[in-house]
Amino acid sequence: MKSKHTLVRLVSYTKPYAFLLFVSLLSAVVSVAVTLLIPILTGDAIDYMVEGNVDFASVFKYIYILIALIAAGTLFQWLLTACTNSLTFRTVRDLRNQLFSHINKLPLKYLDSQQQGDITARISSDMDQVSEGLLQGFTQLFSGVLTIVATIGILFYLNWIIALVVLVLTPLSLFVASFITKRSHSTFAAQAVKRGEVSGYVEEIFAGHKLVQAFCQEQNQKEIFAVHNNELYRTGFKSQFYGALVNPCTRFVNNLVYASVGVVGALIALWADAPMALTPGMLFTFLMYANQYTKPFNEITGVITEIQSASAAAKRIFRVLDEEQEASDENNEVLENCDGSLKIDNVYFSYIADRPLIQGLNLDVKQGQRIAIVGPTGCGKTTLINLLMRFYDVNSGSISMSGKDIRNITRKSLRDNYGMVLQDSWLFEGTIKENIAYGKYDASDDDIINAAKLANAHDFIDKFPDKYDTMLTENGDNLSQGQKQLLCIARIMLTHPPMLILDEATSSIDTRTEMKIQDAFYNLMQGRTSFIVAHRLSTIRECDVILVMKDGNIIEQGNHNELLAKKGFYYTLYNSQFENS
Amino acid sequence: MSNLYKYLKKYKKQFILGPMFKLLEAIFELIVPVVMAEIIDVGIANSDKRYILIMGGVLVLLAVVGLASALVCQYLATVCSQGFGTEVRSVLFDHINSLSMNEMDKFGVSSMVTRFNSDINQMQLGVAMLIRLAIRAPFLVIGATISAIILKPSISWIFLVTAPLVALVLYVIMSKTIPVYTKNQAKLDKITSIARENFSGMRVVRAFTEQDREQEKFEKSTEQYSRSVIAIGRVSALLNPLTFLIINLAMVAILYFGGKKINVNYMTQGELIAFVNYMTQISLALVVVANMVVLFSKSYASAKRVSELLATEPKVTDDGNTSVELDNDAPVISFKNVSFRYNNGGCALKNLSVDIMSGQTVGIIGGTGSGKSTIINLLPRFYDVSEGELLIAGTDIKKYPFGQLRSLIGLVPQQSILFAGTIRSNMLWQKPDATDEEITEALKIAQAYDFVMQKKDKLDSVVQQKGKNFSGGQRQRLCIARAVVGKPKILILDDSMSALDFATDLALRRAINNSLPKDTTKIIISQRATSIKNADTIIVMDKGEPVGIGKHAQLLKSCEVYREIYESQQKAPHEKDVKNEK
Repeated sequence: MKSKHTLVRLVSYTKPYAFLLFVSLLSAVVSVAVTLLIPILTGDAIDYMVEGNVDFASVFKYIYILIALIAAGTLFQWLLTACTNSLTFRTVRDLRNQLFSHINKLPLKYLDSQQQGDITARISSDMDQVSEGLLQGFTQLFSGVLTIVATIGILFYLNWIIALVVLVLTPLSLFVASFITKRSHSTFAAQAVKRGEVSGYVEEIFAGHKLVQAFCQEQNQKEIFAVHNNELYRTGFKSQFYGALVNPCTRFVNNLVYASVGVVGALIALWADAPMALTPGMLFTFLMYANQYTKPFNEITGVITEIQSASAAAKRIFRVLDEEQEASDENNEVLENCDGSLKIDNVYFSYIADRPLIQGLNLDVKQGQRIAIVGPTGCGKTTLINLLMRFYDVNSGSISMSGKDIRNITRKSLRDNYGMVLQDSWLFEGTIKENIAYGKYDASDDDIINAAKLANAHDFIDKFPDKYDTMLTENGDNLSQGQKQLLCIARIMLTHPPMLILDEATSSIDTRTEMKIQDAFYNLMQGRTSFIVAHRLSTIRECDVILVMKDGNIIEQGNHNELLAKKGFYYTLYNSQFENS
Repeated sequence: MSNLYKYLKKYKKQFILGPMFKLLEAIFELIVPVVMAEIIDVGIANSDKRYILIMGGVLVLLAVVGLASALVCQYLATVCSQGFGTEVRSVLFDHINSLSMNEMDKFGVSSMVTRFNSDINQMQLGVAMLIRLAIRAPFLVIGATISAIILKPSISWIFLVTAPLVALVLYVIMSKTIPVYTKNQAKLDKITSIARENFSGMRVVRAFTEQDREQEKFEKSTEQYSRSVIAIGRVSALLNPLTFLIINLAMVAILYFGGKKINVNYMTQGELIAFVNYMTQISLALVVVANMVVLFSKSYASAKRVSELLATEPKVTDDGNTSVELDNDAPVISFKNVSFRYNNGGCALKNLSVDIMSGQTVGIIGGTGSGKSTIINLLPRFYDVSEGELLIAGTDIKKYPFGQLRSLIGLVPQQSILFAGTIRSNMLWQKPDATDEEITEALKIAQAYDFVMQKKDKLDSVVQQKGKNFSGGQRQRLCIARAVVGKPKILILDDSMSALDFATDLALRRAINNSLPKDTTKIIISQRATSIKNADTIIVMDKGEPVGIGKHAQLLKSCEVYREIYESQQKAPHEKDVKNEK
């Protein structure tokens, strides 16, 4: 029931290409008809070839018809494959585009709860499976079933005894095929699981090569691997052997059908009082049918397993598509002229309903103030960013920017007012220029260079042979951590937002770059309201307000000197950094 | 490739017998059309029911014997290919573990993993198919042609024309399409990479409200892919129709020329039918041959990659070394004018000379790429020094057996990697027979005891691959505990406290100082000056060179690089820098 629903839904995506679908199905019908007609006509022609006395006029008639049919068959076979292919990839393209757009509108609440690789797999491997299995499988299934039905029909029309022989032997073929596919399917699955396991293990060991050697684990790991390898042999052997059974076994059934048709046909031909005549030509037709007959069965069993896994893939895709998007903010007000003030009023928030995190948070930020957020890992610093940017909505209470509740203004106008630099600097495959102009893609070259200069990024960019046109690889892996962060700062320099969210890197960056980043941050913060998730005392000391967070709550609030005087949590935190061991 | 043949040799019997059985099956298959022709020409023509039944029996017998020989062949092929693959995996696994870091760097982990998994699988498949198909398919093509020639030489030319023609079509279409498939795969990878990039940066994308442009970029790549796939699809879609065309036209030709021969009593109807049958067999076999070519070229490429890896010799070995007597009076570590270069690279370490006494704490500090980790990589002999000498407890490091040398060292790597298993199984790496008390003590030193005990299964808690079910900070602490378990003589911490907050960092440093035996030598790499400033010796690295060796107070006076690092971490840089610039 469910899988039928998936299939129907998938087919609905082919609507824009109804014409292609129509041509595909029509071509399938024509191709099947041609393949089935050729043996009949050839058989008929053979019957006009009595030894020593061939009726050439009739034989030629058949030959002309055959040539016409072959031509038509060739054309429609091509159309069938080409149209199905075109239909498939257009549909999958649409589906991919829709899914991508949908994911970008899903709330982060959903996306954060998913494995990123999982979501990517929906776009990549699941889509491939849908295109290979469901759509192409669909036409194969269609022509396969058509062939079987038509063959049986024609056989009964021509000679019901032989038709019966074939029909009786059919279940045998089906039985053999299903027996083997069932077995091989489970062994294949077992092998895939084992392969995945071993591949994970091996990757872990190779990636940890230094450790394996440093801890003298070679012998130990050899023994562990031997166990894995044995298992792999066992599952691999089974699945390979079962898989290798399919061809010989179906060939065997095919041969049996062939022999039976031959013998029964020959006997009927001799049977003087037979209810129907049987000529050598007809026998030829039957033999050809017998040869072709099991082929669609094999194809169908193959296609069905593929359709099953493809429909599972489609289901996974639809599951994501069925997730509710973020509420539309079309009717919300556009916030113009943000004054840089922010008010957090009695905010409660938690990711999981029964695990409270932020409780009753209040904060009043004036234009141009710098707010440092400090505290141990897991204290809720990132959560605060999530709420400020409205990646998540508060459970109760409110956050207002420039006096307006952020739930009543458009997300775009809210986020445009923030410049955000996160710890793990996100860059994309493209030139440095494109990366800097990410928030303002119509920026002039001068503006971009200026922003890079303000961000202390110009010097290192200038050293690349291609300067601002240097291509970055995925995630900017050809840059150092510090350089990446400088580029992210340059981005913000270009957009001039009135408010900032800065997440200082904890990871170590070499001293000189570090100084440049600090300096760039400083440039950036001039005259802007800034929230800084801070790890460095130097940054913290400069802030107007320090929020000390612990377990989701702000437990202390004040400036550096006030907090030190308090001798509370901040005091301990501060001292632990500088105390000597 | 010869280094792979020897593993195949073990399965020589299967490798030779398998194809023989397959050949047998093919021969039986070729007899079928002749028998059928006899049924028509003799049985029907003479109205001989008994003959027909006997021949029918022969057909069934042929089918049964054919099946039996095919099954034997499949079995032999499976034994041979799986056995071969398993053998190669086992040898390759050991081989890779024996390689030094030089070779690991050269190949890269992901390439090794690919070679190990997909390439060996591909090779395995290649061997199986070699046994199963390499003989059968060509034999069927040739056999059917020869049978046709024997049957009626004067019209067998149709076969001699058809088979090469079909082969040509297969060749032309495949040589046009296969290279494009690789390009299309790259286009598909591009789609995936755009998606992955977008998802990993979803916060940034949303912060800049750039969804529309991302969508545009994505749609461009899906459009390119679908266009290209559809275009090549039109070409590859020609394959089946064209073979259909050729084979069926050949059948028509058989009808035409056969008819003429029948007319002059040179050929029988049964023989004509046999001819058509052979034609069908050829067309099926040729398709198999085409697939085989693709498969074997893939397998061959895989085998070459595996073979290359297997032929790589480790640059660093301990062959012939015997256990070394430790000299407790000599410096535990002594660098004598050591320089080091990575594979063909520039100098990563220049002229380091330093003696480290037992029980000392040594700090190494410097920017990224300054050569800090290089120093540490030399100690367990991941690499050999390029110049100079490195002595451990008075003996050249090259004279130690790996086992002895490396058990002296407890290494905490920069990247905190744990291995799948349990916490306990990870803790037993340094000392396989460590008791729970020893493990507990190590966990306490590493400040990991509390969170481990909070877990339901405590020491038996499951650790996932690379330890990804633990946070960065937890992983770092577990890695420290793992190294501390055996109380190694030399403890190396390679910037391995970066994910810890200051309070934990401090507690950890205290525990390491107070709870380990007094003669434990500690080598600490850090970016934080505070973490190392109390060390007995501090080595300051800059661009591969040791620019300062000494104590904190001394270096603060004499070493500019050290002073710069220290001061930058003590106060806001713009207080100094910005003013200087203005």
